[in-house]
Formats: sequence, C-alpha cells, structure tokens
Amino acid sequence: MLTADDKKLIQQVCERSSGHLEQFGTEALERMFMTYPQTKTYFPHFDLQHGSDQIRSHGKKVATALANAAKNLDNLSQALSELSNLHAYSLRVDPVNFKLLSQCFQVVLAVHLGKDYTPEVHAAFDKFLSAVASVLAEKYR
Amino acid sequence: MVHWTAEEKQLIAGLWGKVNVEECGAEALARLLIVYPWTQRFFSSFGNLSSPTAIIGNPKVRAHGKKVLTSFGEAVKNLDNIKATYSKLSELHCEKLHVDPENFRLLGDILIIVLASHFAKDFTPACQFAWQKLVGVVAHALARKYH
Repeated sequence: MLTADDKKLIQQVCERSSGHLEQFGTEALERMFMTYPQTKTYFPHFDLQHGSDQIRSHGKKVATALANAAKNLDNLSQALSELSNLHAYSLRVDPVNFKLLSQCFQVVLAVHLGKDYTPEVHAAFDKFLSAVASVLAEKYR
Repeated sequence: MVHWTAEEKQLIAGLWGKVNVEECGAEALARLLIVYPWTQRFFSSFGNLSSPTAIIGNPKVRAHGKKVLTSFGEAVKNLDNIKATYSKLSELHCEKLHVDPENFRLLGDILIIVLASHFAKDFTPACQFAWQKLVGVVAHALARKYH
C-alpha cells in the first residue's frame, strides 16, 4: 500500500528522471537481457545487441509508461488499463518477469542516483513497481 | 558444480576487493528490514526497528549485517565450492533459525542494489550478471540442506 510519503518520493524520483527516460529504459532492458537471458525469449523479433535502435525505442516506451503511472498513483488500474489488456491478451509475458525488470530498473536508479537512492526511496519504488506489476497481471485470468 | 568463467571470477573478486564489508553489510540488512518489513519477524530481539532511521542506526542491525556479509565473503573465496562452504549454515538456517529461503533471494537482490548505488557506472551490466549469479548460487546453497 503506497503511503503519502511513498507517493511523494516516487514522484520526486520520476521528476529527476524525466530527462533520462530513454537512457534509463534502455539501460534497464539491457541489464535485464544480460542478467536474465530467459527474458530474451519474448523478443525474438528484436536486434538485441548493445545500442540497438529497437531496444532504445522500447526502453523509452517502457520508461515513459512508468513515468505516466507515477503521475496516476491513486488510479493505477485505470491509468494502466490498456497496458493491462495488452499484457493479458496479447503479450502474455509471465508475471515473474515483472519482478526481474523491476530489479533492473532499481539497479539503474541506484547507479544514477547513488546515495540519493536512500532506503526510503528504495522501499517506495519497490512498492510502486510491485503495484504496477500487479495491475499488469490483473486480467491474466 | 557451478561453472564460472574467468571473466565472472574477475568481476566478482575485483569488486569484492573494493567493498567495505561492514558498511555494505549493515546497509544491506537495514534495507532488507525497511523494504520488506515482514523480514523483521526474525529480529524481535534487536530492539528498536520502528522506523527507517531507527533501523539504520540500530547497532545490532549493523553488527549482524557485517556478520552476514563477512560470511558472504567465504563464497567469494570459494567460488568452486560454495555448496560445501554453506552446508553447516544451511542446516542452521533450517533447524535453528527457521528462515524461509525466499529471504535469501530477497537479501541477494538488495545487496545488488547496494553495490549498484556504491559503485555506480563501475557496476556494469556484466558485473550485475556475475553478481546476480553469485547471490543466486549462495541462496541455493543456503537452502540446500532444508528438510
């Protein structure tokens, strides 16, 4: 459950990241593909080499969706409804992978924010990504 | 037996050499208790865990964090024999401490984030891969003697 403090911290992180969505999204995906190779099975149609345009564009798309979710913390289900449909009926990504991408996003934030990725920010963001994952998996069955 | 490439061994040993075990250990355990508060169930004798500030400043948390990460160093020194290295600790965590092995995975992921925040760009994707593999192997070894 996101507290008022959590929401503030999440929004602050997203503010700081707003000029780096493509960079952070790309890096999170690259780390995910490298650290958890099984995640590549969802992208047989992509060029997965470092620096690929497809990863760059997809990273930007994912990070932008998260930034948008962060602006709608009181209404995640509605804000993510289309994406929830997409993941349930079309993409059908196994939900365990949401946790893997969450870990990688958090590593990217830790790398870039250093000490500013405090335990409180870490907790808030972990909760946020977990809430997003729940919504994305909501319609699976 | 787990297979480690020369590069993975280098990435692990290279980073470990720069880790302040006391600081990182304390921070990793504190973050575990803050980010996943239900893990506090194992530490009712630790005193004040009522807020992130209390947890971070708690001397028992710091001491225990250092102990845990020091033990982790044994894995780094014995990459080719992690199973045997943790055999007794595995029995202890099962029979005396009654810790759900899921907690080993949670702590492993937290340690990765602590390393990332300390080493920033030096914590490259290749480095993350090697370390995630290591924390996974350690978690598996600690769970191995459960019955």
